[in-house]
Amino acid sequence: MSDAQAGQLPRWWSWSRQLVDGLGSFWVFAGQTAWCTVRGIVRLANWRLLTPQLYEVGYRSLPVILITGAFVGMVLAVQALAQFRAVGLEERMGAIVNLSVVRELGPVLAGIMLAGRIGGALTAEIGTMNVTEQIDALRSMGVDPIRYLVAPRVLACFLLTPMLTLFADFTGALGGWFVSVVQSGVDAGPYWDYTRTAVDNFDLFSGILKGAFFGAALGLISCYKGFYCKAGAEGVGRACTSAFVTSFIVILALDYVLALILNSISERLWGFQSLL
Amino acid sequence: MGDTQNHKPIIELQQVSKRFGALQVFKDVSLALPRGKTTVVIGESGVGKSVLLKHIVGLLRPDSGRVYFDGRRIDNQNEQQLVPIRRRMGFLFQLGALFDSMTVAENIAFPLAEHTERSAEEMDAVVAEKLRMVGLEGLGPRRPGELSGGQKKRVALARAISLDPEVVLYDEPTTGLDPVRADVINELILKLERELHVTSVVVTHDMTSAYKVADRIVMLYEGRIIADGTPDWFKTCGEPTVRRFVDGRANPEDLEALDLQPKDTGE
Repeated sequence: MSDAQAGQLPRWWSWSRQLVDGLGSFWVFAGQTAWCTVRGIVRLANWRLLTPQLYEVGYRSLPVILITGAFVGMVLAVQALAQFRAVGLEERMGAIVNLSVVRELGPVLAGIMLAGRIGGALTAEIGTMNVTEQIDALRSMGVDPIRYLVAPRVLACFLLTPMLTLFADFTGALGGWFVSVVQSGVDAGPYWDYTRTAVDNFDLFSGILKGAFFGAALGLISCYKGFYCKAGAEGVGRACTSAFVTSFIVILALDYVLALILNSISERLWGFQSLL
Repeated sequence: MGDTQNHKPIIELQQVSKRFGALQVFKDVSLALPRGKTTVVIGESGVGKSVLLKHIVGLLRPDSGRVYFDGRRIDNQNEQQLVPIRRRMGFLFQLGALFDSMTVAENIAFPLAEHTERSAEEMDAVVAEKLRMVGLEGLGPRRPGELSGGQKKRVALARAISLDPEVVLYDEPTTGLDPVRADVINELILKLERELHVTSVVVTHDMTSAYKVADRIVMLYEGRIIADGTPDWFKTCGEPTVRRFVDGRANPEDLEALDLQPKDTGE
């Protein structure tokens, strides 16, 4: 269709066309990244590209992830404490606080934190390379920018978000314990006993699985936005904002879908388990 | 290399058309570039000179028409199939496009590291040789951010020629440089043609540079080639659009839009 014709059509038409176009090119991009990653595993040179990304995504993100996790656990405990105490069930708090952290808040907030910390940096880096023709330069030298730039970054996010999620779970549990047991005098024995009966391996596994999905999503979205950003400093800035907002929404949406799937699996395998 | 092969064009565009949205950049452009010669493409900014270079290296694909490199059609090849062809070409980008996460030496060694099995010592030797060619010995450990505009272009040129390409594509190599540094680049282009027998395609709107380096000049205007000849032919050409560009005079419609009268040129 020519642009003159498009001009006469309602605005929603061009928006929806852009949306479909964008989704299509995103999935092509994601497919190429996945293919490059699988095919590139055997080449030693590709592993050398991965190492600095692992350092950047994993090690350098660790402090903020630890802090985020701790505060999540503490806030949950503060909010839950008064209600549980009112009905005399404060010893069961551990179950609720730790289950919430491990299943939902650990992975989600770790994902969102990384979307801000890593996603923004990835979009800005790749976007700047795009507008200064460095990506064209790679291609003109016969180097695939998806293999060289995108695959190691996305793979680092995919591998390390689950691990960072575990760290967030750990400090989250510590934070909840600190507020409940140390600050508010809940009995430590029953607190951990109820936690142990409520939180099982499947809950830990679902948190880690979510982390892997969130990591892949935020890595792909951030790289894609940088790869196709518009020219100039403004283009890069917009791409960064858009990458964060999109990652945020996609992480929450994925969390919803994964929660439904994982809950139905858990119920089918072990039946419904009441925490209270 | 035989004489017959020498006479065949190394790069050929056949009836290439390209459109970006509502903007028609090329209309049936055909151009054959002979081996070992320097062809300069001139034209106003935004006329599609860089787009032409990007078609030659496969960074852009024509909407219709065909592009050939050394007798092989390349516009329908995928990125993987283009790799061996791209190895035979060097591309000097307008702003250098140096990787700013790497040092100068790493930038120049990058194509070698990606495409050859050379040892670190061999690569160091190539880097030193190319830096010497562009007159920047000893700058290897610097970062691109610490270089001036002219130095960046020379490093970018050293990177473009690190695999000893047969063809070097220059996108506005002298733009933004003072006349002295611009002339250094011109001399480098000539030196590469002389010493390495490369085929060069230079896109520019700097006529001093065009006259100096060109064996042949081609002018693009409104999506077509409107003039094609030797530098001497261009110096005496009477066609008004070509004349105006070559002499650097604004066209009467632009002056009218600015509420200015065209100056009497005394012709």
